[in-house]
Amino acid sequence: MTVSGWAYMALVFVLVLASAIPLGLYIARILKGEVRFLAPVERGIYAICGIKPDRPMHWQDYTVALLLLSVIHVVLLYAMLRLQQYLPFNPQHIAGMSPRLAFNTAVSFATNTNWQAYVPEAQISNGAQMFGLCVHMFVSAAAGIAVAGAVMRAFTASNLGSLGNFYADLTRITLYLLLPAAIVVGLVLVWAGVPQTFAPFATVHPLIGGAQTIAVGPMALQEAIKELGTNGGGFVNANSAHPFENPTIWTNILETWALLVIGFALPITFGSMIGKPRQGFVLYTAMAAILIAGSIGAYAAEAHGNPLHVAAGISAAPGNMEGKEMRFGIAASTTFNVAATGTSTGAVNSFTDSYMPLGGLVPIFMMQLGEIAPGGVGSGFYTIIVFALLSVFVAGLMVGRTPEYLGKKVQAKEIKLAMLSFLILTFFILVGTGYTVISKTGLSSMANAGPHGLSEMIYAWTSATQNNGSAMAGITADTPWLDYGLGTAMLFGRFAFLIPVLAIAGSLAAKPKLPASSGTFPTDTLLFTGLLIGVIVILGGLQFMPADTLGPVAEHFALFSGKTY
Amino acid sequence: MIREIRPALSLVVLFTLALGFILPGIFTQVSQAVFPFQAGGSLIVQNGQPVASAIIGQNFTGPSWFASRPSALMGTDAKGNAIATPYDDSESGASNLAPTSAALLKTIQARIAAWHKTYGAGEVPADAVTTSGSGVDPDISLANALAQAPVVAAARHMPVDDVVALVNRIATQPALGFIGTANVNVVQLNLALSTMR
Repeated sequence: MTVSGWAYMALVFVLVLASAIPLGLYIARILKGEVRFLAPVERGIYAICGIKPDRPMHWQDYTVALLLLSVIHVVLLYAMLRLQQYLPFNPQHIAGMSPRLAFNTAVSFATNTNWQAYVPEAQISNGAQMFGLCVHMFVSAAAGIAVAGAVMRAFTASNLGSLGNFYADLTRITLYLLLPAAIVVGLVLVWAGVPQTFAPFATVHPLIGGAQTIAVGPMALQEAIKELGTNGGGFVNANSAHPFENPTIWTNILETWALLVIGFALPITFGSMIGKPRQGFVLYTAMAAILIAGSIGAYAAEAHGNPLHVAAGISAAPGNMEGKEMRFGIAASTTFNVAATGTSTGAVNSFTDSYMPLGGLVPIFMMQLGEIAPGGVGSGFYTIIVFALLSVFVAGLMVGRTPEYLGKKVQAKEIKLAMLSFLILTFFILVGTGYTVISKTGLSSMANAGPHGLSEMIYAWTSATQNNGSAMAGITADTPWLDYGLGTAMLFGRFAFLIPVLAIAGSLAAKPKLPASSGTFPTDTLLFTGLLIGVIVILGGLQFMPADTLGPVAEHFALFSGKTY
Repeated sequence: MIREIRPALSLVVLFTLALGFILPGIFTQVSQAVFPFQAGGSLIVQNGQPVASAIIGQNFTGPSWFASRPSALMGTDAKGNAIATPYDDSESGASNLAPTSAALLKTIQARIAAWHKTYGAGEVPADAVTTSGSGVDPDISLANALAQAPVVAAARHMPVDDVVALVNRIATQPALGFIGTANVNVVQLNLALSTMR
């Protein structure tokens, strides 16, 4: 570990945490309909689509609208992937995807997961990336933020039950947040070296002879929304490790910032929406504490080099460089991957399969905690709200008082729904991994032997269920079992979590707002922040500890006793 | 349910047209106009022929060139057999071998032995015997480049000091001392080397 590594991490976190505050206030104005600089365009969209932006929607309407839009969009993407050889912008003449791969990919992008069972350069056309995947990157991110907005309104509404208008939220977030941000970030990326062209792959003739293929395409715009929307689907196989997707240390800082900043802005938005900024800062602090702890852990694990390789004669000082890029080094690599798994961004700038065992455990654990540090855009916020409700419930049990959060009584119904949503995630992660490691087809997908093979499968099922999308990428993902199994896990991980959350929001919105009394457990204190982190770690993390012990932890002890597989 | 169909369906169509066609169309035009070199892939042209992308690594063999990092990229030959295709950017990726992989340890030991044979005894720079994340990493560490300099100079019958000076000229140092690492872009280094006499 070096001073410069620590300084780099400090710089990134200061940039993210400082800029999230004004951004959060801006998003609050978007959700309230106060940002209007594209008002004619917005009105045009409403007119064409028959949207009444002021029509209040209860949680059932909101959910139906969201599900319907997602279903239509996923079917459209499936068709595009199957038929891409007939669609424009296919300079490499790439054939249509198989049904199972198209299902997996369509679900993956509609659920903001961006799990990539395909090899982008060989299996998807520029066109399908552009008008298929990229559009989903905007819309699934906007939908996540819209749901976060709906949950926020549950605490401002009193006895009404309306959560806002889904279509208006979706349109405004796209127009006033994601679109301008993607254009600005995208242009900076082009300037720094990310290609943006419709030309086919280039061929160059190196000095030593022969020919080299250079994969170019419309990358920069996809790269921008890939990070801003916590999507993660890379234009090329190596994702943000590739010099075209992430050419310099400066683009690495920009991309790390872009994938974190909206997640950290939303609790600030929340504080502004409910008129209690301190309540937002509590969630923001808990998110930051977990992210920083994870980043320190991964950096510490990677910075010393693999003892087996050091014993063989390589220098230990640069750290474990297998699967990492020189322009980043260790700190910028681990910070990126931890940020990507603390959010739901399936991007990587270094390959987790070759991380040290404990370095690989950190990203797994960040996902297993529920991706709340700061989480996917929108999804991180509504997940940590569920944790906050559970925390006041736990506190209520300890002191024997009826729990309430921000003036809303938290009762049996909300807690049951909250637990239901978490149990669905647990089920898919543990049962999915369990079945995979006892089935022939599952075992054949592993790239590495020994406990690391188990880690790969824990990683895959956690990533799919939590809608992250990154992988210990050595595995063979395009098999019938993993395509359909992980596709199903992604669907349930997104929607079977989101529907109970919207139901909780609907239930809370319909309740009267109670004034705080002396019996109210204050939720804007350091004590509550600590309790919240405790509940997240115990509830989110502890249930996976036995599995994680058999994978990464066992591999750690094997490695340090000199064992290889 | 029924009344949600029109807004949902038309929003999907509208977003697909606006964000999937119009936006990338305009964005690409602007990118090409403002940053034509970068938007096209930073291709370096020599004598009318593209020889490299300035930011994509290449495979250099033999003592008269600075060597890039090992690349994990694999492809298939005409008969469909798996073969190593180092720095072939048509499909990027990493080795994905585990830290406890016996195969990785064996490969690294072989690379270390080869390094000692070519560049002499001593501790081997980590980047010289590990594969990168992309398989097309253009950079090596400054320590690695300086260790290779005497061998390259000898093969080219050049004074070592000239080659070391070139390495130091091409090398990038961390900004403000902590942003980035001390690196040398091998493609740019070898291109500069080829024009020296």
